[in-house]
Amino acid sequence: MTRYAFHFDGTRCTGCKTCEMACKDFKDLSVGTAFRKVYEVTLGTTERDANGCITSSCVSYPLSMSCNHCDDPACTKVCPTTAMHKDPETGLVSVDADKCIGCGYCHMACPYNAPKVDRKKGHSVKCDGCAERVAAGEKPVCVEACPARALDFGTIEEMAKLGERGNIAPLPEPTYTKPNLYIKASADALPAGAEDGKVVNPLEVM
Amino acid sequence: MQDMPSMNRRTFVKSTGALGALAAVGGAAATGANLFGATEPALAESEEKITWGHCAINCPGRCSLKFHVKDDEVVWVDTCTSKDAGFDDPQPRACLRGRTYRRWMNHPDRINYPMKRVGKRGEGKFERISWDEAIDLAATKLKEVIEKYGNEAVYLPYATGVSATTARPFQRMMNTVGGFLKFYNSYSTAQISCITPYMYGSKQSSGSTLSAAEDAELILVFGSSPAETRQGGAVSHYDYAHMREKTKGKIYVIDPRMNDSVMGHSDQWLPINPGTDAALVAGIAHWLIKNDKVDTEFLHKYCVGFDEETMPEAYQGKSMSYSAYVLGSGYDKVEKTPAWAAKITGIPEKKIEELAREIAETRPLYVVQGWGPQRRSNGEWTAWAIMALPCLVGQIGVAGTNNGTREGSNSVSLTSMPQGTNPVKASIPCFLFADAIDHGTEMTSKNAGVKGVDKLSVNIKYMINYAGNCLTNQNGDINYVHDILSDESKCEFILGIDTVLCDSMKYADVILPDMFRFEQNTQIGTGGDNAYMITGTPCTTPKFERKTAFEMAQLIADKMGTKDKFDEGKTEEQWIRDLYEQARAKNEMLPTFEEAQEKGVVVTKGKKKISMEKFIADPVASALDTPSGKIEIFSEKLLKDTVGWEVAKDDTVSGLDTMALVPAYIPEWYGVESTTDEYPLALGGFHYRGRLHSSWGGIEELKEVNPQEAWINPADAEPRGIEQGDTIHVKNEFGTIELLAKVTPRVIPGMVAISQGAWHDADMSSSDHKARLDKGGSINTLTTHRPSPLAKGNPQHSNICEVVKA
Repeated sequence: MTRYAFHFDGTRCTGCKTCEMACKDFKDLSVGTAFRKVYEVTLGTTERDANGCITSSCVSYPLSMSCNHCDDPACTKVCPTTAMHKDPETGLVSVDADKCIGCGYCHMACPYNAPKVDRKKGHSVKCDGCAERVAAGEKPVCVEACPARALDFGTIEEMAKLGERGNIAPLPEPTYTKPNLYIKASADALPAGAEDGKVVNPLEVM
Repeated sequence: MQDMPSMNRRTFVKSTGALGALAAVGGAAATGANLFGATEPALAESEEKITWGHCAINCPGRCSLKFHVKDDEVVWVDTCTSKDAGFDDPQPRACLRGRTYRRWMNHPDRINYPMKRVGKRGEGKFERISWDEAIDLAATKLKEVIEKYGNEAVYLPYATGVSATTARPFQRMMNTVGGFLKFYNSYSTAQISCITPYMYGSKQSSGSTLSAAEDAELILVFGSSPAETRQGGAVSHYDYAHMREKTKGKIYVIDPRMNDSVMGHSDQWLPINPGTDAALVAGIAHWLIKNDKVDTEFLHKYCVGFDEETMPEAYQGKSMSYSAYVLGSGYDKVEKTPAWAAKITGIPEKKIEELAREIAETRPLYVVQGWGPQRRSNGEWTAWAIMALPCLVGQIGVAGTNNGTREGSNSVSLTSMPQGTNPVKASIPCFLFADAIDHGTEMTSKNAGVKGVDKLSVNIKYMINYAGNCLTNQNGDINYVHDILSDESKCEFILGIDTVLCDSMKYADVILPDMFRFEQNTQIGTGGDNAYMITGTPCTTPKFERKTAFEMAQLIADKMGTKDKFDEGKTEEQWIRDLYEQARAKNEMLPTFEEAQEKGVVVTKGKKKISMEKFIADPVASALDTPSGKIEIFSEKLLKDTVGWEVAKDDTVSGLDTMALVPAYIPEWYGVESTTDEYPLALGGFHYRGRLHSSWGGIEELKEVNPQEAWINPADAEPRGIEQGDTIHVKNEFGTIELLAKVTPRVIPGMVAISQGAWHDADMSSSDHKARLDKGGSINTLTTHRPSPLAKGNPQHSNICEVVKA
């Protein structure tokens, strides 16, 4: 049994979305569906004083995230048909399209905005960790696509060495679902659960 | 030389097509598609094959593309990558745009057949015609125009949608029939390319690589976002991320917008008013002079014009040096104190002093600028000032420094198809082609930067626009250019060649359907910190009636009776091979052509380049090709070159009637110091992640996650009742655009930032420019057509505007 995790290096990511578009091409996804998304968190102010001089407390950072293939996934718990399941060997969470009835509970339960019901297909769709590629010894398409080398994928043990588990805003406390996402945070990043850490590019990620 | 990672087992077994496909692309290929575009499956079984190709858009990235092809259709597009590549192993990985090529190549709007215009110019109404008719129309009209007006009436506009060793066949074709009106400048670098030779000469002026900044202790990035402008995995995106991690140096990114290269490292952002970089440099220079921190020894040994001691003889005692400008004894007689600079730049006085102290005390200092600061009405002087900064403290030519220009790069040097000799002497600044259509014969060397001749003898009457969107979309003031182009009596014929109907193509009289470079044989050499070469073979057989540009130029040449001169009896593939052999003769590291084709991608690790190392080591033996042989902070040549020029008051420093001869701050015509009650906000453009200029502007999957937005500070949005995501109108004297609001503290108050390159989308039927609402949100509906003073370049970031809720 080899269980896998993603690594996100927030000191390298520039928010370019190559990961997202590489995934969309490989998985043949059109407008309206993305398995990996890039969130922008921005806070603070940039103001002019009475003399016209500019001061800024602005902080801004990107977060690239797909399904985190949690140890304790919210999506599988709420699935009424067991379509949403966690592979006992790899730990990768995916949808059995034949079993899925498209109720959308997984979409509502997931704190990471990962599963979504594709109404045309009539079932949930989500990142499967490129299970086939991983089985063939490769890494997920998004990881190998990153121009800035901000993503990685490997065994939980390897990835845990590279960062802290799920600890970045706007994510909730990692204790909730135990995500397999290990983060090296940039200087700007706020910790998970921080109230200020709001997503400012909702159009691009919903 | 590093070979690219081998293909995995599955793809290797099935990748025999890389060379096999080449054989399939012979002469019959172009007619292989049937009437409805369906082609016979190339492989009997549904086996997947792999072909290599490269992006060919106007970005030095030209990154690798690895096509997975089944039944003669691309099923997905990978790139040169491998799971085990370490952070130090450069790989020319495609960016988000390269990853969407399948959407573009199969887009419903892809041009599949030759077409002729049936509506008005600009309306975008065309009907299908045969290749025979298309070539006949283009060639007959070309003959007619040459006969009636001469070759100077034929123009090939600036167009950069395709780069490869055989990407300029129409220039070559035209030179077989007597030549064409040339252009100089580019829309990317007009101002900095113009001013740099005055200061540094042209032979030793290129910048240090970004990797050189690894050894710097202080890094100043003026108006640059390396992560956004060149997004691939072996150009500045990767190079910058790599450098930032390796360097111990403190970084400042000086920009009105907290660009994406700053994200995650927000303390590196130093917000500044747009177009005021030269004022910041002057303020810093003042502090350095007053605190005795300028490197006088360096300035006297390597430079002229910093102070009286090194002024050219004729200008001594006249307070015309740079320090006279800074200290207020010359020029506008204003002392450029940090307090003065603070008012203009918006950077607090204390911060300017603190920065000046850091510049004085930190070694090595790496100063670099992007091309945004120079793409302005005062861009020549802005770029010059930024380049002068490292000179003031002698931080050039040694490890960890740069000469203040844009970062340099390494490249695999390949040979391009020769264009032949152009007998036409006249050349115009590319930005002014519309003027040359409208009133070319009024354009002279003194009023419009005409080169080669004193004045143009004829207006432009015929254009071949190959893979270019600069006729309208990427030019200044789209509404102005539309009025000229839509008048068929002016430019009598426009031949357009492209893959999709971008805005400029709507003005073509005949359109020819182009093939992507990865749909044909192709080769390119490029790089960033590291160098690479990509050799591509066609990913599929030609679809519909599309042809390569080489074939099209060949067909026109045939009709003009110069085919033999054009192709010298060779196919394009033979040309590519022969050109490669020429390059290979000069570089023994290059593999054989067959090896290059099989590998697809060849990467060479680059060395750190240090700008002007030779000159600094030996300024006599390696003198610069400036008049003095030294760095010129005062340029006498600039004055001589512009004798008799019409210099507008707002083109220069107040009180002068010539161009400024030192890197002075000149307030912009449209900028933070010239906003009005009607248009109270400055407006600037920036490169967007979802497009490269206007390329990919029609791809829905990219637009979805890179929406066309105007960045506006909450301080400007709130009084206007504008909230995040609102539809807004941005307007000025040139027009009005519609787009979404991004209300964000990542842009300074008083300035609106809009990504350039969005596809213009307006009903142009009204003669009132303001009534032509551009729903595409193209910033060039709002940019001026007035050229910058010296370069006659595009000042597309110098704008003012008002914003209202739609």
